Amino acid sequence: MYLADRSAPGGTTPVTTGTGARAARVIGTTVIALGAVSLITDVSSEMVTAVLPLYLVAGLGLSPLGFGVLDGVYNGVSALVQLLGGHLADRARNHKLVAGLGYGLSALCKPLLLLAHSLGPLGAVLALDRTGKGLRTAPRDALISLSTSAEHRGRAFGVHRAMDTAGAVLGPVSAFLILRAATGGYDAVFGVSACVAALGVLVLVLFVPSRPRGPAGPRPGAARGRVDLREALSLLRLPRLRALAGCATLLGLTTVSDAFVYLLLQRRVGVGEQWFPLLPLGTAVMFLLLAVPLGALADRVGRRAVFLAGHVGLLTAYALLLWTPATLALPYLVLALHGTFYAATDGVLPAAVADVVPERLRASGLALIGTGQALARFCCSLAFGAAWTAWGDGPALAGAAIGLLCCAAVAGVVLRPAPAR
Amino acid sequence: MTPLRRLLILTVAVLLCAGAGTAMVLHAASRAADRARPRAGGPAVTAGTVTLGQHGQLDFLSQTPGPHLDAIVSVPAADAPADPGTARTASDVSCLRFYAAAGTGVCLQSAPGALTQTNRALILDARLHTLRSFPLAGTPSRARVSPSGHLAAWTVFVGGESYGAAFFSTRTSILDTRTWQLTPSLETFAITLDGHGYRAADTNFWGVSFAADDDTFYATLGTGGRTYLVRGSLSRRTVTTLVQNVECPSLSPDGTRIAFKKRVLPGAALWHEYVLDLGTLQETPLAEHRSVDDQATWLDNSTVAYSLPSNGSVSGSDLWTVPADGTGTPHLLLPGAFSPAPQ
Repeated sequence: MYLADRSAPGGTTPVTTGTGARAARVIGTTVIALGAVSLITDVSSEMVTAVLPLYLVAGLGLSPLGFGVLDGVYNGVSALVQLLGGHLADRARNHKLVAGLGYGLSALCKPLLLLAHSLGPLGAVLALDRTGKGLRTAPRDALISLSTSAEHRGRAFGVHRAMDTAGAVLGPVSAFLILRAATGGYDAVFGVSACVAALGVLVLVLFVPSRPRGPAGPRPGAARGRVDLREALSLLRLPRLRALAGCATLLGLTTVSDAFVYLLLQRRVGVGEQWFPLLPLGTAVMFLLLAVPLGALADRVGRRAVFLAGHVGLLTAYALLLWTPATLALPYLVLALHGTFYAATDGVLPAAVADVVPERLRASGLALIGTGQALARFCCSLAFGAAWTAWGDGPALAGAAIGLLCCAAVAGVVLRPAPAR
Repeated sequence: MTPLRRLLILTVAVLLCAGAGTAMVLHAASRAADRARPRAGGPAVTAGTVTLGQHGQLDFLSQTPGPHLDAIVSVPAADAPADPGTARTASDVSCLRFYAAAGTGVCLQSAPGALTQTNRALILDARLHTLRSFPLAGTPSRARVSPSGHLAAWTVFVGGESYGAAFFSTRTSILDTRTWQLTPSLETFAITLDGHGYRAADTNFWGVSFAADDDTFYATLGTGGRTYLVRGSLSRRTVTTLVQNVECPSLSPDGTRIAFKKRVLPGAALWHEYVLDLGTLQETPLAEHRSVDDQATWLDNSTVAYSLPSNGSVSGSDLWTVPADGTGTPHLLLPGAFSPAPQ
């Protein structure tokens, strides 16, 4: 298939599928280490996120409403920082360093939370945290791809995403355990979160090699000097990367943000108030369970098929939300499809990107796709909000569903396998 | 570095972190236990029976460190302004937000559950027995009861986190305690903004205040980065904007004026307390110069009460009063008190 075309550009030697020894090493220790770093870091950041509204209202007596406005700005900044992180990592030829800076920056923000007692400083700390997240994403994904052979990348990204999501589930649990042990102990939550984040950075420093021994042998182009901006921009001339970037952006434009999905679920399906905060958990659990099997499936049957199937799952979720059949299973079904969508796309896309981007520009290429997708989703949120305003939630969702159908069809054609060579 | 040495370093770090984390949690737990211990110097709080709706009494939530922290307590209001140290009678019901009128109380509670915070609204009778309990979608923010005791309203902050996209919004519900009919969200009401029909996905309502007719209410509408004072009708399911930059309205007992907080600087968390004359739409700044982030309460037709953070304390708050006509100076009504409900 096209996305997983083995003859990657830039001279990467095609990897022959392996012997028993190689198969045992399909998911290298680097991927496991990076997964552990993400798991630990997500425990840390989700601990904070889970108690933040309560801390603002009950702990500080503030109104958190202002954050909603800033959120869009942060997301935009984070998307652009991702581009910077990717390029810097390639330029310095040290993905671990840039990823480490990102993780370190976010870890530093946790103790700062203890010092911020009003919305302004708190907003600044959270923005800094997002900047760290933006910086580390592309170099981390590049490390995962560089330490795994092409035919196992779907599974490797799946393992990483599953570990990452496990952290997101464990974070709130630990935060509420602490709050139950110590009423009003927000400082303890932030303090423990800071310790956990520091552990994450330490695991990165200790167990992630700076130059992953790529299974493809010596890195091509390593001697060709520094990566500059012009070379990074030349990535856009790669037709296959352009196709992927275009499709990811198009599909991002019609991917309604999670927040809206949960609001729609509550408005149209009538999920009880007490369940509302648990809806993201439903998505996360499904993502966690399916990330590895679907990643492995993508390695076997092709990334394009799984990636597109994931979007069909999302489309089905939209359709169910529009149709709202009278069944008690509906919210579970929608959340299951939503989680499946993430499992089938979130790790599969970078795996596909890694196949078409030369090693020396890997992080830049991943960042390009990630940024395009994030900005497209941000635009989708704005447009969806406007459509909701003008026509109501049903027509807005119908519009998004039709858009997604068209974009998925276009992606299906554009990403179709290249003729055999 | 050998793998063994790496593992050793990690093990040491994990142990250090576990130690530091345990210490922090224990410290916070002992502080919480300390807060629940009676302390000398503060206002005396004694356990007893609190009965809502007793004329002249002021009910509120105790913010004084001690075993009755966050409990519904009462003082005879006649004594309260004269002596902040008046003995307080504490019930065994504690809340994060509270209000009561005519023998009906609303108590918003929040407790950590396994995976998320468990929030609920309790409707209390005059003896503080729970009549009904309603699950809430988020963190309690504001609570009100109509002067007749028939209607109750509450606002919660709804937060969501989904792969890097945090959002916060408010949700305001109104309950008719006679029929137990719940209006889950004011966002379904028809909005008339500056004379025109208006719809938007970003509408947020918060801070309801009821008129005496058990139908009219006032609230804040936030949309497009602006806030409006709206007058609403529960039976017609409509709201109409009156003026801009009004948050947390509170209707005077005679129904002629609204006390509210007005944002001083766009984007900054700074508010000044004002009174709006509903007849002339004229605004009068009150003599409180500190930033007030509270829904004020009228103690009578000429006095407004509101809470401010206690001096030198991140948590805890005091109740202050100020004349409603812009004259005078702020006066400390009750230290360590929150959510006042004059009876």
